[in-house]
Amino acid sequence: MKLTLNMSITVQNISKSYNKIKAVETLSFAVNEGEIFGLIGPDGAGKTTLFRILTTLLFADEGTASVAGFDVVKEYKSIRNCVGYMPGKFSLYQDLSVEENLTFFATLFGTTIEENYDLIKDIYIQIEPFKTRRAGALSGGMKQKLALCCALIHKPKVLFLDEPTTGVDPVSRKEFWQMLKRLQQKGITILVSTPYMDEAALCDRIALIQKGKILKIDSPINIIEKYDKTIYDVRAKNTYQLLLDLKNHPSQYSVYAFGESIHYTDKETEFDSDTLKKYLEDKKHTEIEIQMTKPTIEDVFMDL
Amino acid sequence: MNQEKIITVNNLTKEFGSFTAVNSISFDVYKGEIFGFLGANGAGKTTAMKMLIGISKPTSGEATVAGFDVKTQAEMVKKSIGYMSQKFSMYDDLTIKENITFFGGIYGLSRAQIKEKTAQLIQELNLQDVADKLVKSLPQGWKQKLSFSVALLHEPKIVFLDEPTGGVDPITRRQFWEMIYAEAHKGTTLFVTTHYMDEAEYCDRVSIMVEGKIEALDSPKNLKQKYNVDSMNDVFLKLARNIE
Amino acid sequence: MKRFIGFVTKEFYHIFRDKRTMFILFGMPMVQIMLFGFAITNEINNVNIAIFDQSKDNETQQIINKISASKYFKIVNQITHEAQIESIFRTGKVKAVLVFEKDFIQNLQNKKTAKVQVITDATDPNIANTITNYINAILQNYSQEINKNVKPVYQIQTQTQLYYNPELKSVFTFVPGVMTVILMLVSAMMTSISITREKEMGTMEVLLVSPIKPFQVVIGKVFPYIFLSIINAAIILLLGVFVFKMPIEGSLFLLALESILFIITALSLGILISTIAQSQQTAMMFSLAGLMLPVIILSGFIFPISSMPLPLQIISNIIPAKWFIIIIKAIMLKGATIHTIWKETLILIGMTILFIAISIKKYKIRLE
Repeated sequence: MKLTLNMSITVQNISKSYNKIKAVETLSFAVNEGEIFGLIGPDGAGKTTLFRILTTLLFADEGTASVAGFDVVKEYKSIRNCVGYMPGKFSLYQDLSVEENLTFFATLFGTTIEENYDLIKDIYIQIEPFKTRRAGALSGGMKQKLALCCALIHKPKVLFLDEPTTGVDPVSRKEFWQMLKRLQQKGITILVSTPYMDEAALCDRIALIQKGKILKIDSPINIIEKYDKTIYDVRAKNTYQLLLDLKNHPSQYSVYAFGESIHYTDKETEFDSDTLKKYLEDKKHTEIEIQMTKPTIEDVFMDL
Repeated sequence: MNQEKIITVNNLTKEFGSFTAVNSISFDVYKGEIFGFLGANGAGKTTAMKMLIGISKPTSGEATVAGFDVKTQAEMVKKSIGYMSQKFSMYDDLTIKENITFFGGIYGLSRAQIKEKTAQLIQELNLQDVADKLVKSLPQGWKQKLSFSVALLHEPKIVFLDEPTGGVDPITRRQFWEMIYAEAHKGTTLFVTTHYMDEAEYCDRVSIMVEGKIEALDSPKNLKQKYNVDSMNDVFLKLARNIE
Repeated sequence: MKRFIGFVTKEFYHIFRDKRTMFILFGMPMVQIMLFGFAITNEINNVNIAIFDQSKDNETQQIINKISASKYFKIVNQITHEAQIESIFRTGKVKAVLVFEKDFIQNLQNKKTAKVQVITDATDPNIANTITNYINAILQNYSQEINKNVKPVYQIQTQTQLYYNPELKSVFTFVPGVMTVILMLVSAMMTSISITREKEMGTMEVLLVSPIKPFQVVIGKVFPYIFLSIINAAIILLLGVFVFKMPIEGSLFLLALESILFIITALSLGILISTIAQSQQTAMMFSLAGLMLPVIILSGFIFPISSMPLPLQIISNIIPAKWFIIIIKAIMLKGATIHTIWKETLILIGMTILFIAISIKKYKIRLE
């Protein structure tokens, strides 16, 4: 066992454009060994491009990157041997059964299901009752578990998951993240992307990414704690009118709908919620509630 | 809120062979409401919605949309609703103007109406500079707003939105919901189907479908209170666990 | 090697589980062969004809007997006036009128040459053409018979000379044609679709990010189709030989080798298409518009190349199917050996190498 085995990911000044449109722009970050690192950002933020560069499928225009100590350009073959990759639109072979899919990916990496059963056992056990069923007939959650099994069957050191939970129901999403935590305990480094802000909290560290640029890198807790504005959660009977009136409030800094309430921040440090309440009462609002609330990743994201 | 019912659903059922996709669901939607229709993939929400928009015949049960029976007056139903899906929104290879004209045409608007609507829409959305550009070249958020406006071209009483803001950046999402609120404010009913639980938080009332049945129906606030959790996501988790 | 076998196994699963693929693979050849063999035929049977015999001698009577004895023609009318020819055509009762010149036997014996005129109803040009050819064949045959004991030979004037398919069986030209079309369809279209399907499904990305080498992916994709195409070619040949009594004059072994060569040509074209096309739909369009139509129209399968305008004749040279049709016709009907078809074979080999070379050059180990 080599102790110096490097399982991390480093990205230095990576840029990539398609027809002059910049998909990612001078990105730099590092993922530590055994970390779950989240790329959080909306569609079109450049997450998939970055994944493809790191999995040696695309050349970057500029910059360098390494995965598990191998350079993504020069040593692409070594990387291809030691990473697991679940692309965003990955949908398995629909006409192959669960078992056939898994067997195929095992042989592809020159291994067998039995050899690496340990690693996938926890996950595979849940879909094993359906092992003769065609992948196309599985539910979203089961498909995703199978896809994860397929990506893990060769004991990768680094796992790349591009939006693995998109379009999956909340129950399966929750189970999926539990599985990732267990894989992490087995020493696998995981780079995962997601458009769901609420999944950010489940990563060790996250990079908030938009339009090809990283807005912030830190642990989810730090990101929230470092946010210096006070957010007020405002409710009233007529939400739409409330939104319009809050936007007209003279000292408003930001006003946006947040679920069934409205998140409000003020420019003044000496802000008093009673003044705001009075302002709203003057505007004939009823059932007014104003509360201080803890910021979420989404609140931070919106202020960047 | 207005208590005038705009959608009524009574024991609506759809069977495919021996499989019951929608199992005797009943609910009402009121005028001017933002109604969230939630469920995991395969829970039956798409099947239910297809029956409501008149493109799939129920096996049994009744439903009326804007006062028309979905079984016998499907054509009238289609005329009184708008539809927008995240998956299909606009023709990428047509310009903004061409898209508006095309959709105006299929909704049966007269040429004069289309002209007027186009001008109005372009102005409202501040699209003057790009009106003759291909939709392809627009940022995702703009496309979405545009396709929502297009779904409203024929002034439908009800608009069905299929996962309208999934995968969109938080700011665009806010702008989009503001448009939806504004439309609801005018009295239009919004029927939002989604499996993104955070979209559910924005609705006035939500129904949660699990395995063909509606397992919960209330405002997000009441549901969260009832299940004693902080988010709709957790409501869903609790519901699913109860059923298992 | 284990990887490769695993890959090929997976491909067979795909093929055997898709009913459409199975139909295209095995239903289509049968349907096409039967269609071309039976329904779309240029053969004629019991065609009504009229005779205008201005000579009424022994010789003409014998020719008439011979014609009416064949199963192709039925003499329904004897005409006595030239003016009747047109009126009988107008009624549509006959498809052809056979006119013997005056003093037929005298001309034959004295001038050693006599004339028969065949007038056909050319509203259906194909049938008209066939009738002319059949009658010519019968006359030809007859003059050979009478010339056995006569020197110098008598000559009944005919112009067409018929080699290799004396009965003018259309099925003899259709079997090679259909075989070519099917092999092209199966090999090129199916491989290009199956490769682009992986691109569409996102599985290609996973395959690329794995130790399997890209050329192994391609060979793995192609291998099952080589196998299936060979079976297909065999089925078509068996149908041709046993149902349509088509001869195989030349070496069966050579025929098999040439067929495999053409299969590989078509497969390499399929791979080439898949390196360009990103979706199954584009691959299908490329294969249908880019391959099927030229194969059917420009290969000499349906329309003789010699009667095409010059630019099309030149273009037809780049159609691999043209050369393959020449090769199999030569082997099956003329009993040709490699000595006579080496040129065509070399052209096919050259094309294959070219397609493979371009594919390798275009094939990406990455996504761009």
